[in-house]
Amino acid sequence: MNAIETKQLTKCFGALTAVDALDLTVREGELFSLLGVNGAGKTTTIKMLSGLLKPTEGTALVLGHDLLTELNAIKPYVGVSPQETAVAPNLTVRENLELIAGIYGSDRSRVQRMLDELGLQKAEKIKAKRLSGGWQRRLSIAMALVSDPKLLFLDEPTLGLDVLARRELWKVIEGLKGKVTVILTTHYMEEAEQLSDRVGVMNGGSLKLTGTPKELMETAGTESFEEAFVRLAGGETA
Amino acid sequence: MKRTFCFAKRNLKEMVRDPISVGFGIVLPITLLVLLTIINSNIPKEAQENMFAIRLLAPGIGVFGLSFIALFAALLLAKDRGSSFMLRLYTSPMTGGNFILGYTLPLLPMGVVQLVFCFAAAIALGLPFSANLLVCILVCLPIMVVDIAIGLICGTCLNEKAVGGLCGALLTNVTAWLSGCWFSLDLLGDGFRKFAYMLPFANAVDAAHAAVDGSYADIPGKLWVVCVWAVGLMALAVVLFTHKKKLK
Ligand SMILES: Nc1ncnc2c1ncn2[C@@H]1O[C@H](COP(=O)(O)OP(=O)(O)OP(=O)(O)O)[C@@H](O)[C@H]1O
Ligand SMILES: [Mg+2]
Repeated sequence: MNAIETKQLTKCFGALTAVDALDLTVREGELFSLLGVNGAGKTTTIKMLSGLLKPTEGTALVLGHDLLTELNAIKPYVGVSPQETAVAPNLTVRENLELIAGIYGSDRSRVQRMLDELGLQKAEKIKAKRLSGGWQRRLSIAMALVSDPKLLFLDEPTLGLDVLARRELWKVIEGLKGKVTVILTTHYMEEAEQLSDRVGVMNGGSLKLTGTPKELMETAGTESFEEAFVRLAGGETA
Repeated sequence: MKRTFCFAKRNLKEMVRDPISVGFGIVLPITLLVLLTIINSNIPKEAQENMFAIRLLAPGIGVFGLSFIALFAALLLAKDRGSSFMLRLYTSPMTGGNFILGYTLPLLPMGVVQLVFCFAAAIALGLPFSANLLVCILVCLPIMVVDIAIGLICGTCLNEKAVGGLCGALLTNVTAWLSGCWFSLDLLGDGFRKFAYMLPFANAVDAAHAAVDGSYADIPGKLWVVCVWAVGLMALAVVLFTHKKKLK
């Protein structure tokens, strides 16, 4: 089964077409990276698929349900880590996780598990607003995972993380492979190359091409993945 | 229901951990109470009984003070709406009803605490303690719901800056004028009086007075108007919030 099938998914902001008739298929259990320069339409795509923005045209099947008419059937199984860190500032790390676990009705043990897996134990009693940017980011990601989603959107999850925290997070993400479908965006090409089963390159709102990192390097005729991305994603920028 | 409680718990923490606003809601009514009592002790004896007698003053100021809850509700909601934390909650299975109820529940005990402080101050100023005061707190619950609903409607429709002005200045003034807790509504003529009694505030003050006086039979006739407003405004808050949160 496919976790996501978009059909001519389009989003316009006034005269600007941010996402242009996107036809994207992501298989269940796959880790799919959406790549593209700033303004390519990655976040807008994720926002539509997670029910935050209404498509101007087109629709999508998410976990087998229609995005426009059956959003309520989709929501309980989706986790989102937005591009901007999204935590409740006056709650502690643990309380933030408990809140989300409570809202999704997930098992209490998930909270402890997330604290352990994302190395948040020593910060668990600290209010989110007192955490450094990178730690807030970790919490924000833990909050997306705590509900044990079937489909996970990670919009630039490693932005602002130090090298060690990034490696830790990679391990967590790799541990999800095969169990959870993950849609990831990132500007770090080594990250995309290491983690992704497949990548899609967006530019100006449309999907230029998809394939495994290796296939993309072959298409571009380059030795490095970053070089391949530069060739394939370049051209007219938004 | 579980969702509502989890969210309500968060909102309670959010409020209690912002002690300035909580303190304001408690300190202001008490200050007014003390000031007016001082004024009262300086006016002619025969006027004292019906102007700012503590028996009339305490419930009036209690109800007036509750309009600050509208301000809290509005500020909390407006602040949340502008945050990416709220976007995260929008992607969760929470409904408009979950949100509105989750904001309402923790504000009710806060209103009760405010009234308790207000009455404690009134007792210190000479109001005799009686079980009627507890009844009065119960009688004030519907007007609390009205205030919270107004606050949530403002917080849904306005941004954080506008909310401070509208709920802070306007609403508290409107309650003051329309409730008859500062002066008898009869002074402003029959038309105004009728108008004021179609709204919840004056009815709530009358019901609170009746409770403090122990004239329980007079309560239902006033309270039902407040209850109708409470239900209507809450329903409106849910509808507006759900509409706002809808996909754009
Ligand atoms: N709410 C909005 N109103 C108007 N235009 C918007 C809005 N959101 C996004 N856009 C525009 O849509 C286009 C795509 O934006 P989007 O955020 O999806 O890009 P992105 O690929 O996530 O970029 P980045 O890598 O910088 O995060 C941009 O040109 C942006 O200016
Ligand atoms: Mg983005």
